[in-house]
Amino acid sequence: MYPKDMKYTETHEYAKIEGGKATCGITAYAAEQLGDIVFVELPAVGAAVTAGKPFGVVESVKAVSDCYAPVSGKVVKVNDKLNDDPVVVNSDPHGAGWMIVIEMSNPGEADKLMGVDAYEKHAAAGGGHH
Amino acid sequence: MDDLANLKKTPNYDMHVKYGGKVVDFGGWALSVQFAGILEEHRTVREKVGLFDVSHMGEATVKGPGALAFLQKMVSRDLSTMHDTQVYYTHLLYPTGGAVDDLMVTKLGDEDYYLVINASNTDKDVAWMKQYVGEFPGVELKNISADTAELALQGPLAEKTLQKLTSAKLSDLKYYHVIPQAKVAGIDTMISRTGYTGEDGFEIMCAPKDANNLWEAIMQAGQEFGIKPIGLGARDTLRFEAAMPLYGQEMDENTGPIEAGLQRFVSPEKPGYIGREATLKKVDEGVAKKLVGFEMVDRGVPRHNYKVKKNGKEIGYVTTGSYAPTLDKNVGMAYVPPTETAIGNEFDIEIRGRDLKARVVKLPFYKRKK
Repeated sequence: MYPKDMKYTETHEYAKIEGGKATCGITAYAAEQLGDIVFVELPAVGAAVTAGKPFGVVESVKAVSDCYAPVSGKVVKVNDKLNDDPVVVNSDPHGAGWMIVIEMSNPGEADKLMGVDAYEKHAAAGGGHH
Repeated sequence: MDDLANLKKTPNYDMHVKYGGKVVDFGGWALSVQFAGILEEHRTVREKVGLFDVSHMGEATVKGPGALAFLQKMVSRDLSTMHDTQVYYTHLLYPTGGAVDDLMVTKLGDEDYYLVINASNTDKDVAWMKQYVGEFPGVELKNISADTAELALQGPLAEKTLQKLTSAKLSDLKYYHVIPQAKVAGIDTMISRTGYTGEDGFEIMCAPKDANNLWEAIMQAGQEFGIKPIGLGARDTLRFEAAMPLYGQEMDENTGPIEAGLQRFVSPEKPGYIGREATLKKVDEGVAKKLVGFEMVDRGVPRHNYKVKKNGKEIGYVTTGSYAPTLDKNVGMAYVPPTETAIGNEFDIEIRGRDLKARVVKLPFYKRKK
């Protein structure tokens, strides 16, 4: 159900790590829990983000929810398309619904994230936060 | 989810399960916040037809000689002008002019009235009215909420859907009127042409034991029109676009219908009703705060209780705010000083520590084409 080539947080974000950069978004589980997403607030290119700290906000019709950075670093790309079409986060969370690309300042942090098997169990168990 | 076992269940609870509702705790009731998804359900009601379980709403009857006199004391609107089968929207007020609740009163006969009150206020309202009913010998006030199931069928194709199930001529049923006794799919009901969505539609009362059969009959009849079950999420966005007030947000014990812009439903001069002096004072001298509609100019979604600010100073609060699906805009209703209510006036909404610009617009946000 969740892409195998991604790493996951307990708070239901993913990071796809490719050569020092991490493409990040929220997981299908988080998107499903939130329902129809109507607003996404993302940092500007160049902003610094810290692993475990909020980097943005997603809002569904009923709920407001922080998104937490899976890894630390500098934001080098932002998916501006979500401003006009936030519902893509529901329809394709792990693909076109990506949110930011982080240039990692401490690539070792990625090792602390969950693999797909651990995340699947975490989500199936109700997933705690988000 | 394990907490759901302790919640009150409506007579249609099995339908929530069968139709895949996402059941939540709604003021102690197990009800679906959504079925297919809030946006899709919202569109379904605006364009086609949707079915709601609203059995959590409270119902009460007021019967006997003196029923009218009793209700004239309890509510702020003059009910003496009602004719049989007519429905009025009105308010129970405190002596301060704040609202105990808003409600629908149906006149079934000179000594026979039917009230629909808010779910979360049912016990409070009945206790409030019981304090006064003794002053009117012969009047019997009865809480019949537990013996009443209520479904709402709303949307431009609601009449076509319901007409398939009843011989009652629905095209003759005017808005804010009822057919007190009608068979729908062979079930005894009362049909009321009212709703909480801004669309045409019906609210249908029946005995709890018949509620699931009625639900299934309506779902089947509406299939060719694209009917869908609708949850509480879309119920809120639909009523919000139509600027219909929600008790606890647009009104509360300190905030009455005059502040909320509902004066057309109030008869301030009517003698003897509770809250008269305070209401007259508000009408004559003005109110400290007034409800306005606004749309966001900057990017952001306003929410209940966010601060309204002007030049950094707090001047009011958001009562309801949301993405409005039909408008595709982020809009809200807010209480602000009367000096800030002109259409086009700008103020800020504080969203996550930032003051974001908003502009006053006309209410309602959405009005259906007749």
